[in-house]
Amino acid sequence: MTTNDMPRWATSIVLPLLNLLSALLVAALVIYLLGEDPVESMQILINSAIVNPEGLSYTLFYASTFVFTGLAVSIAMQAGLFNIGAEGQMYIGGLGLTWAMIAFDASLPWFVLIPVGMVGAALFGALWAFIPGYLQAKRGSHIVVTTIMFNFIAAQLMNFIIVKYLIPQGEQNTASRVFSDAAALPPLNAWFPALGDTPLNISFFLAIIALVIYGVFVSRSSWGYKLRATGMNKHAAHYAGVKISAMIIATMLISGALAGLGAVNSIMGSTHYLSLNFTAGAGFVGIAIALMGRQHPVGIFLSAVLFGALIQGGFDLSLEKPNIPVETFIFIQGLIILFCGAMEYLYAPALIKLIKGKKA
Amino acid sequence: MTFEDLHLGSIVVSTVRNAPVLIFAAMAGLFAERSGVIDIGLEGKILASAFVSAAVAFTTQNPWYGILAGMAVSIALATLQGYVAVTQKGNQLVAGIAINIAMSGLTFVVAQYFFQQGGRTPDLGEARLPYVTLPGSEAVADVPVLGWIWTQLLGGHSVLVYAAFALVPLVHWVLYHTRFGLRLRACGENPHAADAAGVSVERTRYVAMLIAGFLCSFSGAYLAIVQSGFFLRDMSAGMGYLALTAMVFGNWRPFFTFLGCLMFGFFTAVQIQLEGVDLPVVGRIPGALIQMVPYVVTVIVLAGLMAKSVAPKAIGVPFVKSR
Repeated sequence: MTTNDMPRWATSIVLPLLNLLSALLVAALVIYLLGEDPVESMQILINSAIVNPEGLSYTLFYASTFVFTGLAVSIAMQAGLFNIGAEGQMYIGGLGLTWAMIAFDASLPWFVLIPVGMVGAALFGALWAFIPGYLQAKRGSHIVVTTIMFNFIAAQLMNFIIVKYLIPQGEQNTASRVFSDAAALPPLNAWFPALGDTPLNISFFLAIIALVIYGVFVSRSSWGYKLRATGMNKHAAHYAGVKISAMIIATMLISGALAGLGAVNSIMGSTHYLSLNFTAGAGFVGIAIALMGRQHPVGIFLSAVLFGALIQGGFDLSLEKPNIPVETFIFIQGLIILFCGAMEYLYAPALIKLIKGKKA
Repeated sequence: MTFEDLHLGSIVVSTVRNAPVLIFAAMAGLFAERSGVIDIGLEGKILASAFVSAAVAFTTQNPWYGILAGMAVSIALATLQGYVAVTQKGNQLVAGIAINIAMSGLTFVVAQYFFQQGGRTPDLGEARLPYVTLPGSEAVADVPVLGWIWTQLLGGHSVLVYAAFALVPLVHWVLYHTRFGLRLRACGENPHAADAAGVSVERTRYVAMLIAGFLCSFSGAYLAIVQSGFFLRDMSAGMGYLALTAMVFGNWRPFFTFLGCLMFGFFTAVQIQLEGVDLPVVGRIPGALIQMVPYVVTVIVLAGLMAKSVAPKAIGVPFVKSR
């Protein structure tokens, strides 16, 4: 019995949960070594991220962004491409959105302005992913290294653009001007007052729509079939008539557009202006989400909510426990990528034995 | 500062001083990749060893203890990568990225815990490595050209700089003129043939990762103890990836990889020199744009050379013994 003929519930539910648990155990050990109580920390985290309705609302707000970056990394992974560049693509997507807002936010009504902003974000994100995609397809440049370089380049470029062109005259804050009210995504607390004064907005529903579209396209369309064929065996896919280089470029365009859309929730749903480093690592969180959720829409959603909770709870935790700064969650993210991505079959042999033993 | 202040001499010296970070890491990567294991995790290992060596050097006020401690951490991380690549037969790229992200977070958390300076360590002061003064430096110091070559270009560096430059021929010798090197390369090109010839692919790859961890630690130690004199959050700033690109540039061969490292060292030196200088025609280039230079060069190198360069054939592929 190999991992291939393990029952589906074992590979898609039990193994990821065991991996996640291992990552959290290592994190708990580190928290213990930092002189804090892991159990108490976990309680604070759950309380502030899930039990408290306002906290839960923040959790879902962060999750709405993470769904998009998670989808961006996932769709590239389906084609066998490891897109580390979602961070830079989202950052540049934010520029596209801001550009559209600064041009039109005084003249267009909200129901036109919001789609225009989304298109701007998606276009710029796609453009930023196009170059690494093109270089991979046509020149064979390794997409992992080029997308990482594009993250660094995006960070410096945005620094330059914000400082030179976007800061309004007389302001010190490294941010663009505030957009008009028409550019604000409708918040959900208008319908659910229990959510309190939180930025959770309709992009939560947009995220769910994006997940459904992704699921249908990847597993139910002929394009999705070609996509997965490319990822599984590109030589076989090529033999069957799939144009590999066109597939790589198209996938990277979609991936970049999805990452760019992640900026919509962060900017139009909350701050209403573009600020330096507004992405705050959401693109890297996308990598962990794609690996943990095994590129499945339901998995991506659950992982995005988990990371939303980690970020929200982690923020409150850092206020109460100065030894556990928010950077701890960057470490946990790395652990989750390690256990869920690189060592995903760590527990497979033991699990196979267990299942076999039961049947025998 | 004006254009005339751009001294070619100081660019050359600073190239020599920038290169060791890349040379140690690239030579580490050579061992890993020639044995068939992709080493995207150089970045994380540099960062981890930079932090640990700075922290230990500061605490003990002895740079050598710092270097030793950094070595231990870097080797541990390389072993983890080896475990994923060899024993787990997992995805080596993902493992490397995981290490890079995890170390970016963990070094900050631990630095904050011990030193409370926003993820920085205190200045090392006396705990830095001394600079080597070549014999006769005083005599030739005032001689034009020769004085500069003897005291600044050849002399006046930390011992690690000389070690980095001496490492290149050593790595060449190990890879191409020893039995171990032959076996290592066989594992990277055709592990099944190596296996059939009685070489343990798994053991060879583990040993290669241990060497990679050992060499990479010096890169971080150099960065923290020699170049900066402190640890700063995310101070590796893509050096690991530049080293990887130098390796692609050098076709996975030690001497050409070394040239790639010098090239990146040169661009970094130019970048530092250009900051705040009024150039003719274009005027003052903003710092943010100048800092992009090494990254843009990396992309151009990869776009221009990847198609022509020949990676080890079995790179990134877990070895499954055939029955």
